[in-house]
Amino acid sequence: MSTTVNRAGLARDAYKGAATTLCAGCGHNSITNHMIKALYELGVEPHLLAKMSGIGCSSKTPAYFVETAHGFNGVHGRMPALTTGAHLANRQLIMLGVSGDGDTASIGLGQFMHMIRRNVDCTYIIEDNGTYGLTKGQFSATADLGSVQKKGAVNTFQPIDPCAVALALGCSFVARSFSGDGKQVVPLIKAAIAHRGTAILDIISPCVTFNDHDGSTKSYSWVKDHEESIADVSFIPYFEEVQVDYEPGTVRDVRLHDGSHILLKKLGDDHDPTDRRAAIKVIEEGRAEGHLVTGLLYVDAEMSDFATTEHIPQRPLKDLGEDELRMTRDEFVQFMSEFA
Amino acid sequence: MTESIVNDLTIQAATVNGSGSQTANLVLTRAIFHMGIPVAPKNVFPSNIEGLPTWYQLRITPEGHMARSDKVDILIAFNVATWREDLKSVRPGGVVIHEEAFSTADVRTDIVYYPVPFSKLAKSKIQSDTLRKQLANMIYVGVVAGLLGIPWGAIEHGVKRQFLPKPKAVPVNLDAIKVGYDYWQDNFSKQDPYRLEPMTGVVEGKVLVEGNQAAALGALMGGVTVVAWYPITPSSSLCEYLIAYADRFRVDEKTGEKHVSVVQAEDELAAVGMAIGAGWAGARAMTSTSGPGISLMAEFSGLAYYAEVPVVIFDIQRIGPSTGLPTRTSQADIGFVYTLSHGDTKHLVLLPGTVEECYEFARDAFDHSDRFQTPVFVLSDLDLGMNLWMTPEFKYPEKGFDRGKVLSKQDLEKLAGEWGRYRDVDGDGVTYRTIPGTDHPAAGYFTRGSGHDEQARYTEGAEAYARNMDRLSRKLETARHALPAPVVEESGASIGLIAFGSTHSAVIEARETLAAAGKAIDYLRVRALPLSDDVAEFVRRHDHVYVVEQNRDGQLFDLIRLALPAQLVERVRSIRHYNGQPIPAAAITEPLIQLEAVPA
Repeated sequence: MSTTVNRAGLARDAYKGAATTLCAGCGHNSITNHMIKALYELGVEPHLLAKMSGIGCSSKTPAYFVETAHGFNGVHGRMPALTTGAHLANRQLIMLGVSGDGDTASIGLGQFMHMIRRNVDCTYIIEDNGTYGLTKGQFSATADLGSVQKKGAVNTFQPIDPCAVALALGCSFVARSFSGDGKQVVPLIKAAIAHRGTAILDIISPCVTFNDHDGSTKSYSWVKDHEESIADVSFIPYFEEVQVDYEPGTVRDVRLHDGSHILLKKLGDDHDPTDRRAAIKVIEEGRAEGHLVTGLLYVDAEMSDFATTEHIPQRPLKDLGEDELRMTRDEFVQFMSEFA
Repeated sequence: MTESIVNDLTIQAATVNGSGSQTANLVLTRAIFHMGIPVAPKNVFPSNIEGLPTWYQLRITPEGHMARSDKVDILIAFNVATWREDLKSVRPGGVVIHEEAFSTADVRTDIVYYPVPFSKLAKSKIQSDTLRKQLANMIYVGVVAGLLGIPWGAIEHGVKRQFLPKPKAVPVNLDAIKVGYDYWQDNFSKQDPYRLEPMTGVVEGKVLVEGNQAAALGALMGGVTVVAWYPITPSSSLCEYLIAYADRFRVDEKTGEKHVSVVQAEDELAAVGMAIGAGWAGARAMTSTSGPGISLMAEFSGLAYYAEVPVVIFDIQRIGPSTGLPTRTSQADIGFVYTLSHGDTKHLVLLPGTVEECYEFARDAFDHSDRFQTPVFVLSDLDLGMNLWMTPEFKYPEKGFDRGKVLSKQDLEKLAGEWGRYRDVDGDGVTYRTIPGTDHPAAGYFTRGSGHDEQARYTEGAEAYARNMDRLSRKLETARHALPAPVVEESGASIGLIAFGSTHSAVIEARETLAAAGKAIDYLRVRALPLSDDVAEFVRRHDHVYVVEQNRDGQLFDLIRLALPAQLVERVRSIRHYNGQPIPAAAITEPLIQLEAVPA
């Protein structure tokens, strides 16, 4: 039997990881599978992938895909700091961060916002289930007002919407999706990786154990009934040819920095993903109408990313040696004499 | 008039923060240093931008003592708000140069007063309205030059040196100094014994450097490429100097690309996190902080310890729990930093005692950190970090970087991919690592702060946990012998002193004072944690050993007693100084005179 391989010469199995230890039916497991598919199809070389995460159910998942890649499961809410530092050390690495709603919207809100402010080149996936699973079902900050906890408690606080926050901060890539919608999640993950800058992808990912009951707005049934996709997303990597077979005027084509394309096929009202105010409006309207708006909300392919803004060389800083980092003996002697 | 006192006096300028007095003080310092006279400046400044009182002490001794003195010979009273209080610090027979307008009703009669109409002189003699306030300070430099007999050539040198980056400012400053110089010549005859005379023998080959400058230079020479920091006094100047040095020496002229990346983070959590991320990815990375910042770095420090990620963390200590006194010095973080994090944690801590060691330890910290794959803390303090110190010029490093046990692609090929990230192959507790980006299928592993086995796999297994923790202890033992050994100065005395860090300068002076009185005292200076075995041996050779440190609780004293065999514990005693002012030699000699019946 011949095995199909991708452009990196690897079979799909090469993108698998350790067996998951999350609950059967957890949305996060679906996202792990979407990740494997996206990374395999993109032909990402595992040794150039850096899987970063914080703490929580979501943050365990980098162990469950691309086992041969380096991964770093750090401390709670601080994935962005580790990612920023690792990226500066080596711009060649593909930084892929996985976080959760607690990790991002509560303990890590500051780092989430500052990473966006700097536009660090990375993919930031939020596996968002509105609840603290590992500590047994407390509300998280993304839980909707009025959403009901498993034991009956009602959430009395306004939710923090990571996409709305990201848009308000001028994030260069903002998307939302649903773990059960692989057709949408996979191209969005690919686009996020291809995008040069911070790409925020908030994926609603139901917690089957603590937040999948009636009254929850993060359950499979609620999301299925209320998801409203703004456009069909497809992703054409830079190494493939764009073959448009849509009727003219029905598809938007967003060209990314690396030559990849995101194709967006109109579904209902036309949404311009390069219009930040329109994106905020779409979210607000969805919220007012009780819908979960999914799809690519906003993208700015031109914004300078952090390492470029900071004049960091393409050659990894980690590889520089004494000759490139120390003063010469003459420079040193001259420098010391200035303290006399 | 009594006999002259030459080159042995302490000047204290009491001024207003933000008024430009620091520049005047530095001009005076550099002028006197240029005469070949040893100087030891201490800046006592408030946590304030403008308006609060500030003091600058310039201690001058023919021997080159660098500790703070608590006796003032010459007071420059420029701040009406503190003037009455400042008078109390002057030694009987000392000198006060003060603004003529200050009320002198009921002042001390045992000191010499030189009233100068500084405000009037500034108004009438300084033309520039915008610079008048700053230049007014230069007038007192001129008065002091006249009073002490500083040659005009030395003053010119001081001004030129201080304004090296802004040579245009030289003439206007010299003019202002001349106003004070002339006023002295025209209005006073000398009523006091203090004089300065050019000398040789001590300052030759020496330079004036701040500890934070030295540490920044050390970090650059140590090959740092990623620096993440959050501004906080007294550590900020370390990163600011480093930025300046990197901009000057480490930017590719052709491409404009930076070989050192500096990020001003959103807080200390992010700062240390970025440095750890960079260290994990193979860069030489650091952060620098003080006081509250080091508290915030506790969680991440535990991660770097347990996951074994190299990173260098500078702690420029200030005094106090909480905000404390942000602009005052202390050595009260040593106990905290040594075990920074929850859980069983012990770190490698370097304790520079001179600015030269600030340079060397900063530089070598990156080697230690790479070799032992763990955070290395460099514990300095405000006194060492922010004051100028006389020091021999630093030496150019003769050794290349030691990146420690890193497996390359070729290494992995030779091993046929058989390796374990946390497997102790060499028996020294130090395991092999790979750097992300290494092009081999076996290179990748999962780094985590949760329980892990030799292959870096997740485990909650009891035995695997204990095994790993025991190996980390072994690693610490290996490191203990590789870190800078204590410096011991011994002549068979029955009493010994142990100190670390900036306390060194006060110990040198205290020992000289006591030796002159006929009581030799031995000395061991601790330069790193974990403690060297030399400490216990030193205690064994002495009847009493005093641990001198600048904190309330005797933190090094405690660490030493914990490390000693029971029969030696009673020999160790504690001398503590903790008011935020750098420790003077008297804080050591006085208790010794009392407790050991040392001849005074």
